[in-house]
Amino acid sequence: MSATPSRTAIVTDPTPVPVQKEARKPFGIGRFLAWASLWIAVLITLFPFYWILRTALSNTKALAANSTSLLPADFTFGAFERVLGLATTAEAIAQGGSGASVNFWLFLRNSLIVATSTTIGQVFFCALAAYAFARLQWPGRDKLFFAFLAALMVPGIFTTLPNFVLMRELGLLDTYMAIILPTLFMTPFSVFFLRQFFLGIPKEIEEAAMIDGAGRFRVFLRIIMPMAAAPISTLALLTYITSWNDYFWPLLVAKDESVRVLTVALGIFRSQTPQGSPDWAGLMAATLIAALPILVLYAFLGKRIVNSIGFSGIK
Amino acid sequence: MSTATAPVTTRTEGGKRRRRIGDLKIALAFVAPATIGFLVFYVYPTIRGFYYSFTDFKVLSEPNMVGLENYQRMFDDPLVWNALWVTLQYVLINIGLQTIVAIGLAVLMHRLTKSMTIRGLLLLPYLIANVIVALVWFWMLDYQIGIVNVMLDWMGVDRIAFFGDSAWALPTIALINVWRHMGYTALLIFAGLQTIPPEVYEAASLDGAGEVRSFFKITVPLLRPVLAMVLVITVTGSFQIFDTVSVTTQGGPVNATRVIYYYIYELAFVRFEFGYASAISVFLFVILAAVAIVQIKLLRAGESDLA
Repeated sequence: MSATPSRTAIVTDPTPVPVQKEARKPFGIGRFLAWASLWIAVLITLFPFYWILRTALSNTKALAANSTSLLPADFTFGAFERVLGLATTAEAIAQGGSGASVNFWLFLRNSLIVATSTTIGQVFFCALAAYAFARLQWPGRDKLFFAFLAALMVPGIFTTLPNFVLMRELGLLDTYMAIILPTLFMTPFSVFFLRQFFLGIPKEIEEAAMIDGAGRFRVFLRIIMPMAAAPISTLALLTYITSWNDYFWPLLVAKDESVRVLTVALGIFRSQTPQGSPDWAGLMAATLIAALPILVLYAFLGKRIVNSIGFSGIK
Repeated sequence: MSTATAPVTTRTEGGKRRRRIGDLKIALAFVAPATIGFLVFYVYPTIRGFYYSFTDFKVLSEPNMVGLENYQRMFDDPLVWNALWVTLQYVLINIGLQTIVAIGLAVLMHRLTKSMTIRGLLLLPYLIANVIVALVWFWMLDYQIGIVNVMLDWMGVDRIAFFGDSAWALPTIALINVWRHMGYTALLIFAGLQTIPPEVYEAASLDGAGEVRSFFKITVPLLRPVLAMVLVITVTGSFQIFDTVSVTTQGGPVNATRVIYYYIYELAFVRFEFGYASAISVFLFVILAAVAIVQIKLLRAGESDLA
């Protein structure tokens, strides 16, 4: 491959660059070392993921004796059965579990409910607002938008304490609503993200539709939303992952088992596992269950997320 | 507020007035849900947080005004200063290493490959929950049978109590988060590198400059504005470290990892001292704003050297 970096934006595929004489570098020791460092970084990034899988498929009791083996120690699905509540207490204890009943199905369901509803609400309401900020003319528009952006400056914990008090006053502690509400309507980032894209859609298309008699809401639903399908789905993906991974807020407002999400459940599971001989296989199996939906999403839609990084960070 | 009465007439004559206030009614409907969310969950708690910081609020009782008492107490509280010092050390280790590694990775990718796979793999840890990342490393760094300590033992080096030794606990947590964020930061920088026109490198190459010289003479100066933005994002995030501490050390051993976020959390939700916790949050707010402003000024984020 030619070493000349083509001037494409990060969004496009590498286009084949015609081989130029001065551009072709010999595959010397420098380039070899550069490639080697890059692959070492990839290896360091991936190894812990392999180690989760390897440990999750092991028998906790056999881990100590096989601590360096790259393959699972005494291969078994026992750890998964244990954390999904499918194993009997005796079976769990025999494989190094604590014997306490854990049911990650429940927490998986809770995480799905929370992340899905947060994403749908936030993306829809932020799209509406972003459209008004990008496309409609009204007094006070820029001031309100600036106020939204200013909220990015406030550290999370500052609003977290009073928000907790609010949830308590509303009697919502230990409900899904308590977890979902604060981010259901907006986050400054989501509004900002979508506004940027709406600014780029040609005005003529909307105007044509409006001359045909379509109202603003109809134009928004039928024309803007489909045209912005790519950024909207990217944002939905990012919102889903953020919501899925959130730990601090659900830890404060939803500890009860009936509404406990996966991240909080993992923290509690870890603090309950015996100090001297933790159930490592069980912990890693639970971890894998918590990470799996994100890994699957990423496997299919990763390109979208990778391409969004430059945008969300820099501009 | 005035309502828009201008009827939708033909675009040419009604256009100007419609521009002024004509969209107001519909615009209000569009921004209403987001604005309600903004007012209730951002503005209102911000005001309330300031208010609580001047009270003795303890959640279960009504708040009473106590003036500046919380702030006085804060300045005399050695644990606040310890928490700030610990947090600062964490930020320095975390951001220092992470930025160096990320610049390295970004430059390597920039000069070697546009491979989407490599970028995707490097980003992976960033998408995984902090709690999960903390647990995996907690296991890999276990004193008895964690793979890292077993390897150290095999190499003839003494085992390290990564989370149990007060000298190691904080750097360990910082390194775990370097692992989680290095790919993300590298991608941010990589995106910035893409804005440097390749002709600059070609010209330098024709003039006989090698890769190393090009890096210091072209990449570094042109990357400065990008780096400034990246640092503002990552430093602000780094100050708010909580999840990893909560899952692994819970502030210990003794106070070695009791970072500011964790201390505020303990004050508010273990000891229910909401008033005092709010005062420290105000202090943190001021520190973060100051850090961001200083960074932007120092690195002149707005200007590019490319012009």
